[in-house]
Amino acid sequence: MTTNYDSFQNSTDDDVVLKVDCLKQHFSSGYGKKKVVVKAVDGISFQIKKGETYGLVGESGCGKTTTGRSIIRLYKPTGGNVWFNGELISGNLTSEQKLRVTQGIQMIFQDPISSLNPRMTVKEIIGEGMIINKLVKSDEELTQKVIEMLRIVGLSDDHISRYPHEFSGGQRQRIGIARVLISNPSLIIADEPISALDVSIQAQVLNLLNDLKKKMGLTLLFIAHDLSVVKYFSDYVGVMYNGKIVECGKPGTIFANPLHPYTKALISAIPIPDPAFERGRTYLSYDGSRFGCAPGNYDLRLISDDHFVYGTEEEHQEFLAEYEARKDLIK
Amino acid sequence: MDREKILEVKDLTITFHTYAGRVQAVRNVSFDLYKGETLAIVGESGSGKSVTNKAIIGILAPTAVVESGSILYKGTNLLDKSEKQWEKIRGNDISMIFQDPMSSLNPLMKVGKQISEVYRLKHKMSGSEAKAKTIKLMKDVGIPEPEKRYEQYPFHFSGGMRQRIVIAIALASDPNILICDEPTTALDVTIQAQVLKLIEDMEDMRDLSTIFITHDLGVVAHVADRIAVMYAGKIVEYGLAEEIFYNPQHPYTWSLMSSMPDMDIEDEEELYVIQGTPPNMLHPPVGDAFAERNPYALKLDYEQEPPLFKVSDTHYAATWLLHPKSPKMELPATLVRRIETGKARRRELGNDN
Ligand SMILES: Nc1ncnc2c1ncn2[C@@H]1O[C@H](COP(=O)(O)OP(=O)(O)OP(=O)(O)O)[C@@H](O)[C@H]1O
Ligand SMILES: Nc1ncnc2c1ncn2[C@@H]1O[C@H](COP(=O)(O)OP(=O)(O)OP(=O)(O)O)[C@@H](O)[C@H]1O
Ligand SMILES: [Mg+2]
Ligand SMILES: [Mg+2]
Repeated sequence: MTTNYDSFQNSTDDDVVLKVDCLKQHFSSGYGKKKVVVKAVDGISFQIKKGETYGLVGESGCGKTTTGRSIIRLYKPTGGNVWFNGELISGNLTSEQKLRVTQGIQMIFQDPISSLNPRMTVKEIIGEGMIINKLVKSDEELTQKVIEMLRIVGLSDDHISRYPHEFSGGQRQRIGIARVLISNPSLIIADEPISALDVSIQAQVLNLLNDLKKKMGLTLLFIAHDLSVVKYFSDYVGVMYNGKIVECGKPGTIFANPLHPYTKALISAIPIPDPAFERGRTYLSYDGSRFGCAPGNYDLRLISDDHFVYGTEEEHQEFLAEYEARKDLIK
Repeated sequence: MDREKILEVKDLTITFHTYAGRVQAVRNVSFDLYKGETLAIVGESGSGKSVTNKAIIGILAPTAVVESGSILYKGTNLLDKSEKQWEKIRGNDISMIFQDPMSSLNPLMKVGKQISEVYRLKHKMSGSEAKAKTIKLMKDVGIPEPEKRYEQYPFHFSGGMRQRIVIAIALASDPNILICDEPTTALDVTIQAQVLKLIEDMEDMRDLSTIFITHDLGVVAHVADRIAVMYAGKIVEYGLAEEIFYNPQHPYTWSLMSSMPDMDIEDEEELYVIQGTPPNMLHPPVGDAFAERNPYALKLDYEQEPPLFKVSDTHYAATWLLHPKSPKMELPATLVRRIETGKARRRELGNDN
């Protein structure tokens, strides 16, 4: 019997800000013959300790956004539990508890346009949370705070009275980030916060988040598909495929020694900023049709330290063998 | 390069009339697009990449004013077209994949239908033929179970899946010019690879010309034949992909190339950041717009706008550093390291030339 992730997670629980336990979110749409059931999230578990960043990466459509949205209670989960600062938040909550969740967890949304109200000015958008939660005393103070945030995210003071449609894609995303940072939440769920930004602003936002991590002990669930960013930025990484976490561990471990075939494909397909190298290059691809089809029980099983890979007992032995064979080469 | 030009943008200047004043979004932009090539446009957020390309496909916001310039396609100026003529061009000649997928999908129409309409209307196919083609294309862009997904609505799809539908619609219309505005930023690298391959195949098969806007320099390296770098509404450097990556000349290009995180970066290393804020385009700075953020700025940069200096027949850059009387500058260390790594990698691969 090998150790699985669930038992690992249950053995360590001090300082845990967010704990997700066997979360499931299934959607159905259409009727009769045209009915489609999508198991967007299908039994995932992970936890994030105070001050840590958990990077969630994976194939487009594998359930990353749905995970974030289920945590902030935009959907009622099909199964599983979510704890925030030790409090179960996935069931029915009192209005006091709900307030704690909405103030404590903020989400930066993936889609910068549809998440900004087109009829509000930048000041109103960014300041909204401050006003609702009565965190500022005067309008001047609000203006001051908003300007401060605008500078932090690389926008300029004169943007304060403009409307969302007057901005470029990347500028809109930064407005969304400023809105979240201003209210100082204890957990931020950042859903691809930087993929719409140019590299220099990316660097600026990443350095900013890193800074806040150090200074304020910011805890982050960082959803992304850019692996180099996740490697640079996360303390722990979960790779998701088809509603499941297929591999997780410290970023260094996963990048140096990926074992699940999807993780391997993901790492091999990163384009390198070097034209001579990229020209005519073909990437490894992953054939998803065999995913989860082997006979036996699937589980997220321990390889070493805190590195886990999803598979059957038999596949696990193969992963272990591969790990053993490569371990020495890597050092 | 004596290949056939398919599009010529000349001296394009576009401003937005807002109540705060005139936003000078695009300033004197000129470039050519050749048949069958991919031109990548990179540059700072807000530098005018999307606005330039929206002008090419005739969908500028009502507050936008084209102050000057022309866009020549098949010998006529696109800027003179009526809305009716535009509709025809957009259906047949030029397609665009937008940065924000939701804005180009109809939220109330089934996803499959939005693609099959293109086959029915443009290629005059029957309903069932169009549906079969659509399902094949949905599969090609990596949508699982396309038969079932055909019946769903955009809100049932993830961000990246919506983007793939937008890509499918553009590909179905089979244009001569495809403008891709960050088509793969919402996708993971495996699906991105699949989509890039699809676009490449179309380029090979049909001599498609592509303008590719992206912030991902890895993707640029993969797709681009030529690269144009934009800053503050202007093209500050352009050249062949190799020229821009291995011999960049403009300090903004240097900064851009230095600030990307790559797989070699150490965990504790701070990422290089361009200091200061982007210029206010209501009152763009005189001289070189990048000067105040440029550690290499010369006095002249604050006074006079640099012309495009020729580096090679295919490579031009607008920086006073290229003036024969300017002092020689050392490239930033990160960039030197990257160029060296790149060259070493090239030698290793044996295609050094
Ligand atoms: N409201 C919904 N109704 C029905 N299906 C949905 C809904 N939201 C998401 N899905 C489905 O759930 C799956 C996971 O979607 P999700 O948005 O979580 O993916 P993602 O990992 O965030 O992908 P991306 O990287 O493309 O944003 C997809 O198959 C999607 O079609
Ligand atoms: N409708 C509008 N009204 C006023 N200003 C606008 C409008 N649309 C764009 N702008 C401004 O024009 C400039 C260029 O915008 P554009 O969308 O072309 O940037 P971009 O280079 O595509 O940036 P990104 O990489 O962030 O998408 C920006 O300063 C932007 O704020
Ligand atoms: Mg998503
Ligand atoms: Mg844009």
